[in-house]
Amino acid sequence: MKKTLAMLLSLALCAGLFAGCSGGNAQGTTPAENPSGGGLTGSVATNGSTSMEEVMGTLIEAFREVEPGITVTYDPTGSGTGIEQAAAGNCDIGLSSRALTEDEIAGGLTEIVVARDGIAVIVNPENTVAELTLDQIAQIATGAITNWSQVGGADAEIAFVGREAGSGTRGAFEEITGTEDACVYTQELTSTGAVITAVATTPGAIGYASLSAVEGAGNVSAVAVKADEGSEAVACTEETVLDGSYAIQRPFVFATRTGEPLSQAAQAFVDFALDPANGQLFVDAGVVPASAG
Amino acid sequence: MSSQSSPAQAARPGVKKKGFRERLELLMNAIFFLCGAVAVAFVLFISIYLIVSGLPAIREIGLIDFLFGERWASTAKDPAFGILPFILTSVYGTAGAIVVGVPVGFMTAMFLSKISGKKTAGVIRTAVDLLAGIPSVVYGLIGMTVLVPAVRVAFDLASGACLLAAIVVLAVMILPSIISVSETALNAVPKEYEEASLALGATEIETYFRVSAPAASSGIAAAVVLGIGRAIGEAMAIMMVAGNVANMPSLFASVRFLTTAIASEMSYSSGLQRQALFSIALVLFLFIMIINVALNVLLKKSRKEG
Repeated sequence: MKKTLAMLLSLALCAGLFAGCSGGNAQGTTPAENPSGGGLTGSVATNGSTSMEEVMGTLIEAFREVEPGITVTYDPTGSGTGIEQAAAGNCDIGLSSRALTEDEIAGGLTEIVVARDGIAVIVNPENTVAELTLDQIAQIATGAITNWSQVGGADAEIAFVGREAGSGTRGAFEEITGTEDACVYTQELTSTGAVITAVATTPGAIGYASLSAVEGAGNVSAVAVKADEGSEAVACTEETVLDGSYAIQRPFVFATRTGEPLSQAAQAFVDFALDPANGQLFVDAGVVPASAG
Repeated sequence: MSSQSSPAQAARPGVKKKGFRERLELLMNAIFFLCGAVAVAFVLFISIYLIVSGLPAIREIGLIDFLFGERWASTAKDPAFGILPFILTSVYGTAGAIVVGVPVGFMTAMFLSKISGKKTAGVIRTAVDLLAGIPSVVYGLIGMTVLVPAVRVAFDLASGACLLAAIVVLAVMILPSIISVSETALNAVPKEYEEASLALGATEIETYFRVSAPAASSGIAAAVVLGIGRAIGEAMAIMMVAGNVANMPSLFASVRFLTTAIASEMSYSSGLQRQALFSIALVLFLFIMIINVALNVLLKKSRKEG
């Protein structure tokens, strides 16, 4: 009897605890619903590039704090689908991780570059090769070049380390170097960190990773890339990615319908993305904000 | 309060109290039954889910092309979904782990059960238990930072992430289960067998290998099958050391197992690729089922003998 009573009492206490929690929450949300700035309501539908998932996630989360009344949806379908959907009017903003083609622009779309994704080609610090042409990188990737001595390095076998099928970085690297479905990997790893670790511990390794991930890692070195044999070697930095001189990069694009004004909510989202004050959000997501230029 | 109330309750006719207790018994029975049913329900749910989601891709790709195709290029423009490299890698990798791990595990079990003193056995047993408790990602991490570079240097390779590294990691990972199950089987061998053998003039080592081991053979076989089961289902550790390229298996090539094929592509997969990953899971599930049935048969046999 005593025990039952004790249990009932403690249950009641627990219930009180939960009630307290929910009460606190309710109070906590009230001020957020009445934000100081903005006050817009509505929804913005975005659709497209799966590579932009991280960027969009970060942007949407930060935007929600500024404009809680606006719901931004993101449908990761792929750049091609995103562009089509934007042109067809099925979404407010189409997301593309490549520049729009002339046909697409002629078809009534406007390209807004919000960020650039630079992909660094990394080698082990012991490696003496400091620069490679885009063509050499492609040949290494496809297995046509198998020894560092073929590109001016020491006599050592090349181990090409990359990401798993479906990864955005892999897609971008293979697309830019023109090696789609032709890469011969020695290792396919599931994260940027794993690629960097593998390259750092393997003297003969070469790999790729997004610029932001390489900047912080001191245990690998990025090679300078020449767009072709005659041109100058360009190191992978934020500046060279932004001014377009670094070859292995791609733009992250918002595609909107030309001549058709965006809804207030969608315009607010685009302005938010282009605001230099929000540049850090892109950096956090591993890309260079267009506003940094 | 209770000291007062219990005599008062005992003084009553007792029918009401018994009714309450019986009802409580029934209720508890029902709760226990429900808990038991949860396990069965999950197994059924997972089996049905795997079959339902794994079959469409097999039907689309074709069973023969799927199981015996040698090329896996799930995101290519002209995609291919052949999982023979994964199946063979899983089989070779597991076989390799058994070849390396079973002799070591068996000898350890023999040492623990028959030869060592109590103190030494205690220390070793604790170490084995700890080995069993190390998370697989830790095996992978150490494999990646220590074993893979060591393999690269030892065999003068461009990259040390290969089938051999995976086999070594798996062999270490299956040791605890092999040791503990074999030891139990060896301990269960009746003392009289060994005493008779010793009395007939056999040495201790002869006795252990010619008498104890054969007497415990089905238990040891169960240990091996359990090891196979653990090795074939492991993903995390070997994902970090095997290189994960869909090559046909060879000792120094970067390879992809059935488990790592699912784990490495799941996060970004879509459409037929995702369905095909479920089909791989279905194949893996069938493998594990077969191993479990074999294990149950062996354990039953060993219990009868014991």
